[in-house]
Formats: sequence, C-alpha cells, structure tokens
Amino acid sequence: MSVGAPKIPVVVAEVVEVNALIKRFRFQRRDGAAMPVFSGGSHVVVEMDDHGTRRMNPYSLMSHPADTLGYEISVRRDEVGRGGSLYMHTHVRPGMEMVLSQPVNLFPLDARAKKHLMIAGGIGITPFLAQMAQVEAMGGRFELHYSVRSPALGAYVEHLQEQYGSRVHVYYDELKQQIDLKTLLKSQPLGTHIYVCGPKGMIAWVKATAAAMGWPALAVHSEEFLAPPVGLAFEVQLAASGKSFTVQPNQSLLEAIEAAGVEAPYLCRGGACGQCETDVLRCDGHIEHNDHWLTDAQKASHTKIMPCVSRFRGAALILDR
Amino acid sequence: MTKTMFEPSITSRPVYGVLSPGVGSAHLFVADGEGADAVCDLFAKAEAAEMKAASHIIYMPGANGCDKTADLQALGVAQFYRAPSFASAQSRLAKVLADAHMGLQIYAAGTEGLMAQVAALAQAAGLPYEAVQMEHRGSLARRVQCVHCKGVTENVRLDPFHCSHCGLSLFVRDHFSRRLAAFQGVNIDAEDPGQVPASVERFK
Repeated sequence: MSVGAPKIPVVVAEVVEVNALIKRFRFQRRDGAAMPVFSGGSHVVVEMDDHGTRRMNPYSLMSHPADTLGYEISVRRDEVGRGGSLYMHTHVRPGMEMVLSQPVNLFPLDARAKKHLMIAGGIGITPFLAQMAQVEAMGGRFELHYSVRSPALGAYVEHLQEQYGSRVHVYYDELKQQIDLKTLLKSQPLGTHIYVCGPKGMIAWVKATAAAMGWPALAVHSEEFLAPPVGLAFEVQLAASGKSFTVQPNQSLLEAIEAAGVEAPYLCRGGACGQCETDVLRCDGHIEHNDHWLTDAQKASHTKIMPCVSRFRGAALILDR
Repeated sequence: MTKTMFEPSITSRPVYGVLSPGVGSAHLFVADGEGADAVCDLFAKAEAAEMKAASHIIYMPGANGCDKTADLQALGVAQFYRAPSFASAQSRLAKVLADAHMGLQIYAAGTEGLMAQVAALAQAAGLPYEAVQMEHRGSLARRVQCVHCKGVTENVRLDPFHCSHCGLSLFVRDHFSRRLAAFQGVNIDAEDPGQVPASVERFK
C-alpha cells in the first residue's frame, strides 16, 4: 500500500512445497485479529528483509476471500530474478514475523459479466483460485482454462478438478496440448468477460485474438506483474528532497529512493497501477521504460518515469521527488 | 450535413460517433426514423459488403413519421425486421441478445432515446457500454425521466414541459442516465410555485 497506509504485521503460519518450483505461504495476524476480507484478484505487497536489503514484492492472494483467519500466496521460484522469490523459498519459515500491505485489487471480476472466462498460464493461476471461490459463492458462471508445462508442475490441478469438475480445463505443454482459443472464444455467450493472467506472450495472444474476433476491449481483463529488471547502476538526483545517490544493478529506482529515506508513493510495485508515476525534470540520456502504465507518447517524451520497474542510462537524471 | 453537432455540455451527456463496419461474427443494427440513413451509409462502404450475410436490422419509423423501411429492405441483409415502435421490438431484441455469442457487433442509429435504450439492453446483457456503436440522426426530441414521480415522457421537444405522468413543470437537464436511458427533468418552480418561464422548443 502507499505511503502512510497501515500495514499488516503477520506471522508465517505455514509453508507448503506445492511442487519443485512453487511454495505456498500462509500468513496470520500477529495480534490474532481478523484479516480484511478481500475481493478475488487482489494482491498484497510482501515486505522482506533480505540480509539488509529491503524487498517488497506483490503476490496475488489465492485463499478464499471470505477466509479472514489468514492469507495465502504461492511463490514461483525464479533463479535469475533479483532474489525476492529465492528469499521466500530459502529463508521464510513457519513462525517468522513479516509485514504485508493491505490487499489491493487491480484485477477484479466485473460483476456485470454474465459469465467469467478465466485463462491462466503457470503461476498466473493464483488470482483465479480466489476469484473462482468468490464466483462460486455468489452463484456465478465461470470456466477456467489453465495451461501448465507438465503434470508435475501443474499447481492445484487436482484441487481445482475436484472442486469445480468440468468447469476446469487443463492443458500440458509437454503433452503438446494447447488452448484452442479461436474455438473457445467463438462459442461464448453474450456478456462473457475474459480474464487472463500468465506470461506476457499469453496475455498478448489472448488480447489480440479476442480483438480480432470482435470482443470489446473492456470485456478483456488481464494482469501481469513485472518484476523490476536488473540492469546497470545509474545515478539519480531528487530535486525536491535534495538527494543524490546510485541505483544498484539489482535494486529498483523505487527501492533506491526508499533506501535514501525518501517516502515515495507506490501500490503494485510491478508497473501496472500508475501510483508511483514521477515527473522527470531533466533527462540527459535514455529512460528504459519497463511499465505498462505510461502511454507510448509519454514514454517517448522522457518527462515521466515509473520508478518501480524503469531504469536509466546516461549522464544525468533529475526527478521531481 | 447529416451528422448532428452537439453543443459541448457536462460529461454525463452522451456523445455519438459515426457507424463504421466492425469486426465480428454477427452484426445487429437497431435504428429508428432517419437512423436508417446511417445504416445505409455504413453499407455503402466497400468493406461492409461481406457483413450483409451476417447482419440483422431491426427498424422502427420515427415518431415524426419518417419511415425509410424501403431503403433498408433494399440493402438485402440476412434479416430485416420492421417494428411499429421500440416497445414492440423489445421481445425480439431480448431474444436476439439471449441467443447471441461474443463477437456480435451492435449498432444503434437514430434518436437519442432509441440509442440509449439499445445501449441499456446491451449493458444488461453483460456488454460494456462502449461496445455499442451509436450515430445520431434525425430528431433531437428527448426521452426524459421526471426525477419526482419517475415517469418517463418520450419525445420531449419543449423546455420546460409538463410531466406526462404527474403534471409538474420540468426543466430538462443534460444530466443523462445510462441505466434509465433518459435525460433528467427537474421541477422548475419548486421554490417559487407558479413562476414557470415560457416553454421554448429546444429539441427539434
């Protein structure tokens, strides 16, 4: 959550190895109070103290939205990332105290839809676990198409099939199974909304296919959190707070701003929500825009930057912060 | 000049575009009165030729008597249906929407009241409001809801006018309800009973 919002002090209640790549974590409040009820598709930002480095990664909530005893997330181990998921996998154990943000939903179900068509790729299944529980409780209509690499890596497949039966369709890459998207989209009743969460390529494929078949853009919803990419170190100057510092290769600009003691707004920390948008006062060089918030024109003008995921290469960068 | 120009107003007031051939598996047109011209203009475009076999036009003459049934029939689309009024076309529309699949493109042309009611039905069917293409043609007479008695008066031309349900003198606002598909009319002499300005024909 953004600057000033109360956070949720939690203790790790359970860590479960779901498969070779995915672990599930359950958090409960340290004071034993109830968690806020959330809506399916919400995420929380998990704060980690990785041996002196503060990491704050967004993860979709996958537990039942009405379960106020605790929150659950699933984390896929990323060997080449900056280390947040590795920290979760190797250091987080039951009993550990951690801090979560309030839940925020950037991927909500559209309650006006007559049917929810969910398309998941890999770890992108997590928001749908909460959404399906919510739709089921409300008596809504849904269908899940879930694409995974192999039976061994198909997280929650059995649970989903048991819980929701024929409404769950699973596709294994290894067995050369693929979602027949055109046929699927052709047969959907009027009022169906699509929700897609997974790799960038899958989201682009679903959006482009739906658009070419006449689906309104507003009936196609997607979520993709970007991990801040690693890059070269660069210098930045903050005009309002009068600070200058170096952003390290495996640190995001937002993290560097926070490490310098400057409070900056944020919400998703993944280039999706727009909360951390910052004015660029001077840019002698090139901004590597990695977000999907700014328009192409804004990106080209080099007058705005999303410090959660974007970086800089050049002589001088001065921000209005 | 066939396209209507509207004075800039509050954001709640709908604005309309020009119908253009959409990409989709089926095409549903609903038009009244002069709205038929917008449909004919669309089909005059070369890229609309292959749409005809998957098009369904539902048409009703305008309240002003404008009837362009012959022009639409001459287009030769897969289905053409003429209804005496929007109310009488509603059961057909409901059936078409209930049987439709995503990929259906919806076009509305003619008076504001007609277009708004089509958009409201599409929204009730789960489509985003923006999914309905709209082009205004013909009369500017408004469909107005009395905010006091909730009665709707069709084809309002005068402002202020007498609510056809409760009789109050109503000032016609640009405040528009997508849900009700109507502009809002508020009592003009609530604070000074009897002080009603002369009616002006604002919506021709």
